[in-house]
Amino acid sequence: MAEMLLRIYAISKRFGGLLAVDKASFNVRPGRITALIGPNGAGKTTLFAIISGFLTPDEGRIVYDGADITGAAPHMLARRGIARTFQIVQPFAGLTVRENIAVGAHLARPNRVDALAAAGEVAYAVGLGTQLEQSAATLTVAGRKRLELARALATKPRLVLLDEVLAGLNPSEIRDMVPVIRKIADWGVTILMIEHVMQAVMTLAEQVLVLAEGRIIAEGSPQQVAADRQVIEAYLGHGAAARMISGAGHG
Amino acid sequence: MLSPVILVPALLNGLMTGAIYALIALGLTLIYGVLHIINFAHGTLLTAAMFAAFFAYALLGLDPYLAGLIIAPLFFLIGYGLQRFIIGPTAHGEDRNYLLVTLGLAIIIENLLLYVFRADTRTINLPYAFDVIEIGTAFLAVPRVIAFVAVLVVASALWIFMQWTDTGKAIRAVAKEKLGAELVGIDVAHIHAVTFGLGTACVAIAACLLIPTYYVNPTAGDAFVLIAFTIVVLGGMGSILGALVGGLFVGVVESFSSMFLGQSLGQIGIFVMFIVILLVRPSGMFGQQA
Amino acid sequence: MKTYLPIFVVVAVLALVPFVTASNVVLNFLVVTLLIALAGQGWNLLGGYGGQYSFGHAAFFGTGAYVTAILQVQYGINAWFGLLIGIAAGALVGIVIGALSFRWGLRGSYFSLVTLAFAEVLRIVASVAPITGAGVGTLIKLDLRPEAFQFQSRAPFYWIALGLVGLSLIVVRGIENSRFGAYLVAIRENEDAARALGVDTFSVKLAAMIVSAAITAAAGCFYAQYFLFLDAAIAYGTWISIDALLAPIVGGVGTLFGPLLGALIIKMLGESTKLVTGGAPGLDLAIYGLLLIAVVGLAPRGIAGLLSALVPRRFRPPSDPEHHHG
Repeated sequence: MAEMLLRIYAISKRFGGLLAVDKASFNVRPGRITALIGPNGAGKTTLFAIISGFLTPDEGRIVYDGADITGAAPHMLARRGIARTFQIVQPFAGLTVRENIAVGAHLARPNRVDALAAAGEVAYAVGLGTQLEQSAATLTVAGRKRLELARALATKPRLVLLDEVLAGLNPSEIRDMVPVIRKIADWGVTILMIEHVMQAVMTLAEQVLVLAEGRIIAEGSPQQVAADRQVIEAYLGHGAAARMISGAGHG
Repeated sequence: MLSPVILVPALLNGLMTGAIYALIALGLTLIYGVLHIINFAHGTLLTAAMFAAFFAYALLGLDPYLAGLIIAPLFFLIGYGLQRFIIGPTAHGEDRNYLLVTLGLAIIIENLLLYVFRADTRTINLPYAFDVIEIGTAFLAVPRVIAFVAVLVVASALWIFMQWTDTGKAIRAVAKEKLGAELVGIDVAHIHAVTFGLGTACVAIAACLLIPTYYVNPTAGDAFVLIAFTIVVLGGMGSILGALVGGLFVGVVESFSSMFLGQSLGQIGIFVMFIVILLVRPSGMFGQQA
Repeated sequence: MKTYLPIFVVVAVLALVPFVTASNVVLNFLVVTLLIALAGQGWNLLGGYGGQYSFGHAAFFGTGAYVTAILQVQYGINAWFGLLIGIAAGALVGIVIGALSFRWGLRGSYFSLVTLAFAEVLRIVASVAPITGAGVGTLIKLDLRPEAFQFQSRAPFYWIALGLVGLSLIVVRGIENSRFGAYLVAIRENEDAARALGVDTFSVKLAAMIVSAAITAAAGCFYAQYFLFLDAAIAYGTWISIDALLAPIVGGVGTLFGPLLGALIIKMLGESTKLVTGGAPGLDLAIYGLLLIAVVGLAPRGIAGLLSALVPRRFRPPSDPEHHHG
């Protein structure tokens, strides 16, 4: 069995009286796409913020590639190969698409000319090639999502945390984005994605984790998780699983 | 040096000075709490109000405390107009722009005052300015005692206004959640302007309370502004109680440190405290998170 | 990658001025303009490119000025060394203020406030400390020899000021073309996104602060040599904090030539106002305030922004920022 790239051990995070993450533990296999799903408010983005260093956990440890990275600063984690996108896109609005991506590209390339060139390559890979010299502020939502992705990819990461990269996209935009995500995984980049768009989760993810009320309640392949009683109840409410089963009996 | 005979008057004087600081800081913290902008024009508005109070007495013979009844509403309108028609529109809602625009206003006001009134220092001579009230061993100047009481009254009135009136509630709503307030039909631009007006009215009242015992020249307000900033960060951005408590505290600190260290170092002490608070806990004792 | 050619052209053209006119009035005006431009170059690096608006750049200007002056007056050190040491001293103050402010994560208005406070503290200290001459001020003895960094005519001063400005332009352009510059601008646009991309925001901001402080300190050192008199209100006064930020904002915040352009505009405006009003103090500065508000409200990218908006799209360089975000 391949060595786990990311291990989360009993991470907890409290905000005042609210326990946002409650002893969450899971592992992420390298080279695969793992999806983190769960109802709204389950604590998924908080978990991402913790993994990427923007928040420190109150309890627990994070081990990445064999090293304990709990509490490390975001820029150090980026240098170690962990990249993330933000749920609410954060473009460098005053810069062009190329300049945006170049900021990420600079992580591995100190030279400005190299970084700008590499930015161009990454842009083409995600489908932004024709908009390289445009101002980032003029991009559509779908374009900005691709920009988020491109910037993160330019840092040459081993692990990418995608926070609802499909949110706010219409069905055809989602259809266009899914192959891009798959292409990234084909390059060998490990992907951990928070996603609500179930169709994408089912087609893309090899492993699914379900977070509800700060706790991991299920783990497995997409099919296994979809049939899991606890998961159904977390989304649809207590007793829903039983109702669904008895409803199926009648149909 | 440390006997109560000396300390008690120093304490009381510090409280009275602090009260005026508190009122100035109150205006500033109100503006910050609601508009989330640091009003760099605050000090110059104070200076302008002091000139108004000065001339009300010098030209019209109006007692400053009475003049306040006219000057305060007048400056409320000025503040309202400034926010509604200049600051709000030009800043386009961006923090950095607010800083620059209020700075620009400060420069304009101060230098117009300089141009029109020259740099001369002026004072008024109220007949009762040197009357004193005796409390134990302390001789307290009547104007300063009046100021202290007035500040408490104003602060209470403001608090009541914020708690019980519709406008006050609207202000608090906008301070907490601007978008939500807009969605329920509150005219945010108007509320912003009202708040700025109230903050300016506060300094106008402070000016009238100051003029019996303090001089006025185009830069008079500057000395108070950085102290007001210190109080606002100390007491918490947006907290009325914080401005009051912080103001009194700073007044006492200044009184004691001037006594032991002399005037200039006393001032430095305040700035150092300011820097330390900014670095350690910008949200202050009572304030909202930065 | 941006070219250095425009810098050489501009400097070369400006260098010709003393050959075209011998008027002391004109040269004096230009020297002061270059001085403001230099101070503004410093501010612009931290504020325009980095997005951290300092309201207390007087702290660096005054330190450069006083260190240069005191070294000469009290210790007999050569003025040229004084310049170098003054710049280093300014950079040191930059390290202190930057390390304190950025380590504690001060951003936006809080940062502006704290820089204001630091400058004020220095001003008060300078106004009472014996070494600066306290209330009386510091006077550098007249010694009109080049070795003492003093000259009979204005022209050498002008060329030195121009040289310093030219150097600062080269430094800034170099930063624009570097990874450091890309990181700095990213921090201005969105600090958290920058951190997620591997930018050590503390170090980058601190480095920008140090270079910014050094450049503005150089302006202070030059001031001391040119005017030969300092006191606390001159060295650490709000006038220079304001001029240092006004010039870049009017000229084009975050652009290479913004400070120079802006300095020219505000000095010309100031002089014309003085002509019209007959020298009564205050009106020219009031106009500055008006200008600041007008620029923020109407032309946030400054004059450079207005000019570049006139240039047709095809001629714009590939990385022209179309949209300045606060």
